[in-house]
Amino acid sequence: MSTTPHPDPLPRAGEGYLGPAIVVDKLRISMSSGSRTDIVDDVSFEIAPGEVLGLVGESGSGKTTVGLALLGHTRRGVQITGGSVRLGDSDVLKMNDDELAHLRGRVVSYVPQDPAAALNPALRIGTQMREVLEAHNFGAGAEARTQRVAEMMREVALPDDPAYLNRYPHELSGGQQQRVGLAIAFACRPRVIVLDEPTTGLDVTTQAHVLGTVRDLAAAHGVAALYVSHDLAVVGTLAMRVAVMYSGRIVEIGPVLDLFRSAAHPYTERLIFAIPHLTGGRELIGIAGRAPSPGRRPPGCSFAPRCEFVQDRCNAALPELRPIAVGHRVRCVRAEEVRGHMQRQSTNGVHEERASQAAVLTLTNVNAGYRRTTVVHDINIELSRQECLALVGESGSGKTTLARSVAGLHSIRTGDMLLNGVPLANAARNRPREQRRTIQYVFQNPYGSLNPRRTIGHIIRQPLELFGSSKDIDKKVAEMLDRVSLSATYAERYPDQLSGGERQRVAIARALVCDPQVLICDEVTSALDVSVQAAIVDLLASLQRDLGLSMLFVTHNLPLVRSIAQRVAVMSHGRIVELGPVDTILKSPEDAYTRRLLSDTPSLEVALETAESG
Amino acid sequence: MSVLNPLVTNEPPLVQPRRATGVLRQALTLGRTRVGVALLIIVGGIAVFGPLLAPHGPQDYLGLLPNQGASAKALFGTDHLGQDVWSRFLDGGREILLLALAATVIGLVVGVTLGLLAAYTKGFIDDALMRGMDVILAFPSIMLALVAIATLGPSYWLVIVAVGLTNIPRVARITRAAAQPIVERDFVAAAEAIGVPRLRILFVEILPNVLSPLMVEGSLRLTYSIGLIAGLAFLGFTPNPNGADWGVMIQENYVALSVQPWGVVLPVVAIAFLTMATGMIGDGIARAAAGIDRTRSAE
Repeated sequence: MSTTPHPDPLPRAGEGYLGPAIVVDKLRISMSSGSRTDIVDDVSFEIAPGEVLGLVGESGSGKTTVGLALLGHTRRGVQITGGSVRLGDSDVLKMNDDELAHLRGRVVSYVPQDPAAALNPALRIGTQMREVLEAHNFGAGAEARTQRVAEMMREVALPDDPAYLNRYPHELSGGQQQRVGLAIAFACRPRVIVLDEPTTGLDVTTQAHVLGTVRDLAAAHGVAALYVSHDLAVVGTLAMRVAVMYSGRIVEIGPVLDLFRSAAHPYTERLIFAIPHLTGGRELIGIAGRAPSPGRRPPGCSFAPRCEFVQDRCNAALPELRPIAVGHRVRCVRAEEVRGHMQRQSTNGVHEERASQAAVLTLTNVNAGYRRTTVVHDINIELSRQECLALVGESGSGKTTLARSVAGLHSIRTGDMLLNGVPLANAARNRPREQRRTIQYVFQNPYGSLNPRRTIGHIIRQPLELFGSSKDIDKKVAEMLDRVSLSATYAERYPDQLSGGERQRVAIARALVCDPQVLICDEVTSALDVSVQAAIVDLLASLQRDLGLSMLFVTHNLPLVRSIAQRVAVMSHGRIVELGPVDTILKSPEDAYTRRLLSDTPSLEVALETAESG
Repeated sequence: MSVLNPLVTNEPPLVQPRRATGVLRQALTLGRTRVGVALLIIVGGIAVFGPLLAPHGPQDYLGLLPNQGASAKALFGTDHLGQDVWSRFLDGGREILLLALAATVIGLVVGVTLGLLAAYTKGFIDDALMRGMDVILAFPSIMLALVAIATLGPSYWLVIVAVGLTNIPRVARITRAAAQPIVERDFVAAAEAIGVPRLRILFVEILPNVLSPLMVEGSLRLTYSIGLIAGLAFLGFTPNPNGADWGVMIQENYVALSVQPWGVVLPVVAIAFLTMATGMIGDGIARAAAGIDRTRSAE
């Protein structure tokens, strides 16, 4: 490296080179102070030119840490303590700062999760794109660079005219911003690209476009891509191979089809059963317990405490990552049995149709909005007793505004809302106590909906005190905690001592403690990991059944609808475009918008079927 | 329910609780807070217990000439009237400390209420309240207090109210700024949805979340109140002009500074230490709170 300052470490694909573009070997990343706990341990994989490797795992599994290590970068307080990241002959981890500066963006580039935060809001997008080219001396001169910028814009399907390039990031939509991010990442024709959940926060349609762009660019230029994501459906659609991370280690790695059809690690298996499916409704099954934090990993298999296949030898020593099929390796001593088990599991639908009963909640010609604009138009829906109606739409479709209007949290609205035949006032404050008790709301973000300064016991007790059932308050709080599968000791804790899933359980307990009739759930799982999402949806479905609740379930996640709702209303631009039973709408949608939404929603099933037939 | 139902975990909490008391405890581990507390105990001790220790009454004449240096009869000499400087010094702290505390409490109680109200109601009430605060802020604190006392005559309650009034808009602004992001959070909406009374939302849901900046602001306001009240006394606006107030002492004795410095030095040092102490404590709390906010946002 020292003799030639900026060599191309690798020959390109198609130049007679067939080996992997990047080889990660026994990577170990630790805290740089204190206990020096391993955050990532023994991670090895390689990616061929033109290949997309999906790196999946839940929050805290170390997947982003691994992704950043490919650029020789670590977050503050963390350092790489072992292993190698090889590009051809050179090891990224042994490079000095100058070499790394040349490497990043030129040889290995990175697409961050939040494009709005990654682009400089004060610079025009054209300037930001040219900046990368200039930093790496890419292109012969200003003219060549301008041409390259235009070329990149075309490749990511954005306009390349100067007027567009003169825009600032805030003048672009989220999807356009992310495509600019992709253009910047691909600008210097890198060998390897690390994509860190680049479509999280984008609508499905936008996501579909961005994913298509990633796939095309990687294939066309022979770029090796590491796609870091928590979303198995997205990874199944995009990647050729998948690595599953759990608690800082790769527990399973293999070709998409093999891995998802016959998972050999119990964690992968459970994860697959936790994803909602677009076709063939199925009960979602969460994973009990939580992943061990880095300092608390057991000596044996990290998943053993939550595993249904656990044996003594699992706890004795850490299992090796061993081959089980061609290109398929797994870190489990009972992998063969797990594979068999997975294939035997049947997918059973849970949808017994309930005879429709009297309407609990009736909305007639409801309009809602802000002082000058109306964002919800002409809504007519009925919610029957014991029915779950899903309200589906992309961001900005007005679904949350509608839900908040029902709860009395959004008071600029017209039209009639009847609760058991009695009109509802606009603002919750103007409604009689009984109506406020009858309708309860669970918020999207459990990190914001619980007061950090009050104990869980206080939070759940508040509605009881307010609605006057003063006897046995402590007993009721304990009962409610039990109902949402939390032990009574949680009453003493504060929200910041709980995980996201536990917080959402507390929010549900608070909503249900005073026996409401109508429960409004506003995107209650969107801030949670899939396995936690599955557990929460499972909990809500069983509570709805047991308590005879009517539920309005607001979500952007179409596949999730099948696991909880009987009817679904699809919203677009503030209007309901289609309303009907879940099966009918998901199988044979009539509205063009619903059809597009369905086809753009990534589905593991569809991806696997396509892969099988292809 | 699923096969692997209970997500019941009895793991010890991942994060230790960090409440307002936690911020104080954290602050006490910092050197600056400890020095501040030590100074406060010393000066506060003099102010509170001084009168009990004074060898003479504050207005006793010892039969010595005015502005005499230290002697066996008068430890730190005599002042411009021939009274014992040491006795007057020990006697003069209690009043200033009490007045400053009372003025700070008024500023906090009224300021916090107005600030919370402004942040929570938004719109017209917010605008009206904050513009009102701006009007008060436009006058220098000492001017406002001087005008009030000059028109109505000095009395304890008026000094307290006048100084308290100058504290109100500053506390209200800080409270409003700290409460604005809290008001937008969903737990406030959750309380509204079930119809929790407004006052309860303000003081039970929102207030505990803005305590850290308020503790800092409280100590800062105490610092300024001490300075302001001492300044008023120095200018002669004190309900008890013959009493041994530290501010009064400075005013009485500064003419003789070169001959008999103790009459000025003692109260000046005491006031300086007192304001330094409250300032350092406030700074310690601010640092502790910031540290805690940092780790929380990193979660």
